[in-house]
Amino acid sequence: MKIGIPKEIRPGERRVAATPETVSRLLKLGFEVQVESHAGAGASFADADYIAIGATIMRGARELWAQSDLILKVQPPEQHTELGVHEAELLREGGTLVSFIWPAKNGQLVERLAARRATVLAMDQVPRITRAQKMDALSSMANIAGYRAVIEAASFYGRFFTGQMTAAGKVPPAKVLVIGAGVAGLAAIGAARSLGAIVRAFDTRSEVREQIQSMGAEFLEVSIQEEGAGAGGYAKTMSPEFIAAEMALFAKQAKDVDIIITTALVPGKAAPVLITEEMVSSMRQGSVVVDLAAEAGGNCAVTRPGEVVTQHGVTVIGYVDLPSRLAPTASQLYGSNLTHLLADMGGAKSFHVDLEDAVVRGAIVLHEGKLVWPAPKSAPIHVPPAPGRKSLAPAPAPAKTPTVHPLRSAIFAVVALVLLGLLGSVAPKEFVSHLTVFVLACFVGWQVVWNVTPALHTPLMSVTNAISGIILVGGMLQISGPISSPVTLLSAAAVLLATINICGGFFVTTRMLRMFQR
Amino acid sequence: MPESLTTIAYLVAGVLFILSLAGLSTQKTARRGNAFGIAGMLLALGITAAGHVTSYGALAVAVAGGSVIGAVLALRVEMTSMPELVAALHSFVGLAAVLVGVASYLGTTPDTEHAEGIIHAVEVFLGVFVGALTFTGSVVAFGKLKGLVRSKPLLLPGRHVLNLLLLFASVALGARFLGADGHEGLSSLLIMTGVAGLLGVHLVLAIGGADMPVVVSMLNSYSGWAAAAAGFMLENDLLIITGALVGSSGAILSYIMCKAMNRSFWSVIFGGFGADEGSAPAKREGSEPQGEVTSVTASETAALLRDAKQVVIVPGYGMAVAHAQYPVYEIAALLQKQGIKVRFAIHPVAGRLPGHMNVLLAEAKVPYDIVLEMEEINEDFPDTDVVLVIGANDIVNPGALTDSSSPIYGMPVLEVWKSKATIVMKRSMASGYAGVENPLFFLENTHMLFGDAKKNVDAILTELRAALSSAAAE
Repeated sequence: MKIGIPKEIRPGERRVAATPETVSRLLKLGFEVQVESHAGAGASFADADYIAIGATIMRGARELWAQSDLILKVQPPEQHTELGVHEAELLREGGTLVSFIWPAKNGQLVERLAARRATVLAMDQVPRITRAQKMDALSSMANIAGYRAVIEAASFYGRFFTGQMTAAGKVPPAKVLVIGAGVAGLAAIGAARSLGAIVRAFDTRSEVREQIQSMGAEFLEVSIQEEGAGAGGYAKTMSPEFIAAEMALFAKQAKDVDIIITTALVPGKAAPVLITEEMVSSMRQGSVVVDLAAEAGGNCAVTRPGEVVTQHGVTVIGYVDLPSRLAPTASQLYGSNLTHLLADMGGAKSFHVDLEDAVVRGAIVLHEGKLVWPAPKSAPIHVPPAPGRKSLAPAPAPAKTPTVHPLRSAIFAVVALVLLGLLGSVAPKEFVSHLTVFVLACFVGWQVVWNVTPALHTPLMSVTNAISGIILVGGMLQISGPISSPVTLLSAAAVLLATINICGGFFVTTRMLRMFQR
Repeated sequence: MPESLTTIAYLVAGVLFILSLAGLSTQKTARRGNAFGIAGMLLALGITAAGHVTSYGALAVAVAGGSVIGAVLALRVEMTSMPELVAALHSFVGLAAVLVGVASYLGTTPDTEHAEGIIHAVEVFLGVFVGALTFTGSVVAFGKLKGLVRSKPLLLPGRHVLNLLLLFASVALGARFLGADGHEGLSSLLIMTGVAGLLGVHLVLAIGGADMPVVVSMLNSYSGWAAAAAGFMLENDLLIITGALVGSSGAILSYIMCKAMNRSFWSVIFGGFGADEGSAPAKREGSEPQGEVTSVTASETAALLRDAKQVVIVPGYGMAVAHAQYPVYEIAALLQKQGIKVRFAIHPVAGRLPGHMNVLLAEAKVPYDIVLEMEEINEDFPDTDVVLVIGANDIVNPGALTDSSSPIYGMPVLEVWKSKATIVMKRSMASGYAGVENPLFFLENTHMLFGDAKKNVDAILTELRAALSSAAAE
């Protein structure tokens, strides 16, 4: 099977669907790979690199499209201005195309492709299931966009991200607010944190709190409890009360933070406007807003998709091609996603479209010209875990817990029972009843004291100290003899000491407890 | 007075004591708990006085004297010296138990023919033994806490053998005591008292200053067992119940303290610190952390605090010694007014007494809901901007988690180094009670503020006040 990698024709698009490295993997899968001349130029891959790895370089898009069974692309097919023909028309009759398609908004394109009796897989439709993570191009691109958003913000922001104490004085750290903690948001948090900024993040889905915190950001909350997790791990639209509360939060944060990165998208809808023009104008001069939702209309009222605008002294970045701005890495990850998908579909030898396969079924738009999208709703989908960085802290040392050998405790129990039995056979009834009281009191004490809060351990000690002065009773029982007898004298001394204990203990406890207050 | 009425009164008193301990489970109910304790005590004493005492002269004198001494002690003591007071009070219980035991032996006719007589004799003997041990042990503990006795562990060669010998001697004396006719056993009893006293001295001498929380709670436990033993010999259930309550309370505290230091109870009691090496904890050659220590001034500390969003203060024994708890709280309150989140983190063995730091902070009127335990706050350190460590060392030692050769390896510690900046207030670079070097001081985000804790805290407070008032003036 021949795979064709055309040069992307959308202006400004620098990515390519295969890098030399992914090409070599495709070759290993048994495919023949032909690459359009200069296809990798935007992503810094020269034709020679592809040749070196074993691919064929073809001049002319028309030839490439015509001679490939399978076309791998980044952007959906569009009008080829140089050739004056739509790319869909270039696709071979009955050929296969894998790229971003966005079938929901590109109905016309799908029709054109259907007319070619094409088989089309949309990388944007790969379902979010655990098994499909390695093919999840949206996550790959979102990760890059989040990172790049921070880099863009840093380049427009005229100050350090990290706080520094220098010989010339102190520089405060930048404060970054990330709205929406999906893959892009988390990547932005990670990048901003590693640049040294103080990062806060907000998300309507409470389940991402831990992910946010694991990336080292503070999780901001509104006072209203409402769960924002929708199907497939994406967010859903929230109630008006909740939105009012979060807007108030953003308005407050806008005055405090230096950089806002918004990534709030609700699938299939226009992006919610979260940062009003008023909030932008309340930000400090020189602040930066990066709107990752610009393509879907933008989370910021000021955003102009694809542009950088400066308003009220605040730079608002609305780039829609952030992944493309990191073209080599984006190409590499996207190419890997494609390779994984093709490997899952059987490689070159047994390449087939298996409509029973959940990933293929989700991603496929056209099957031999027949529209099969959208896929019927299937079993509950599993949310992929965030690519959160695990804590770098040293693992907690294993506590040295004394291991009690079961045999030893059994022996101990037997010995105790035997001793008690011996005691029971010789001891007088009186003693045994005292013993009963003693053992039960021990257990009661054990139970009660475990409940004492550690903060009150000192008062606990002084109270037990005071009540252990109960030994005074022992002195009193023996104090009634003649005044000069040793028993009386000893008892009197004991009474004196025990009274000191009782008085001292209770007084000092009272003193201490009076101090404990909220 | 009918016997049953006394018993019922004792029962009620016992219940009141249990409620008293139960009341201490939360700060809200603690005062009520204390009141229950006092009520139970008054009831028990009143009923005993009414029912069993026939001549009140000696009693009145002793009670009056004891009350005055006790009240004066309690009202005068400074909160920083609570450990000393508690140790002193333990010694009184121990001594009282010895006296009661001897009196009980002298007051009854020894009867070694019947089981009852033998059991009584054993009870007397045990009660006196535990009492003497508690007494001398507490006296030494008091001395160590007060600084009268060196707090470094005294580790005699062959100290385990010595302990065993003393124990065997006591058992032998016990056998002789049981075999004696009439009151001839008195000499054995008194010699044993001396032996037990020696054992108490030696046991506590071998324990280092940092282990004092364990020792004090252990002595607390012993004083309870001594009271319980007295209850057995006098056939008094109230004494037994109370003794058992106190005994188990102390035992639990000791257990909690040992756990907080990841130390086995026995190694604390018999080994002193570093028992495995069998010698004083010498600094191990070549294993000292290398690196540069950065020191800061009080004004730089104040600046760092002012720019923080979250501050955690970790107090240790050094704060108690310097009496710095009041200005520390003033700093906290000032920062809180600026909207900075300030909390206190308490390690279970901070100070010289379980809960010691809590009491000191409470004295300075720190609200108890910003005072958190180790488990509650450890995971918050990564989000903390500045940690202020005041006079604490071993409880913030990262080596406890990472360095398996460290004597304190495995001890849970406050993970302050995960915060953005840590400021350690210390008198010098000397190591803590455990004699272990602290790699924390050499970390890049750790700054040392040397000098007397009180002076430094005052200086920070002055800086903060000045900065804030000038900010307000602008």
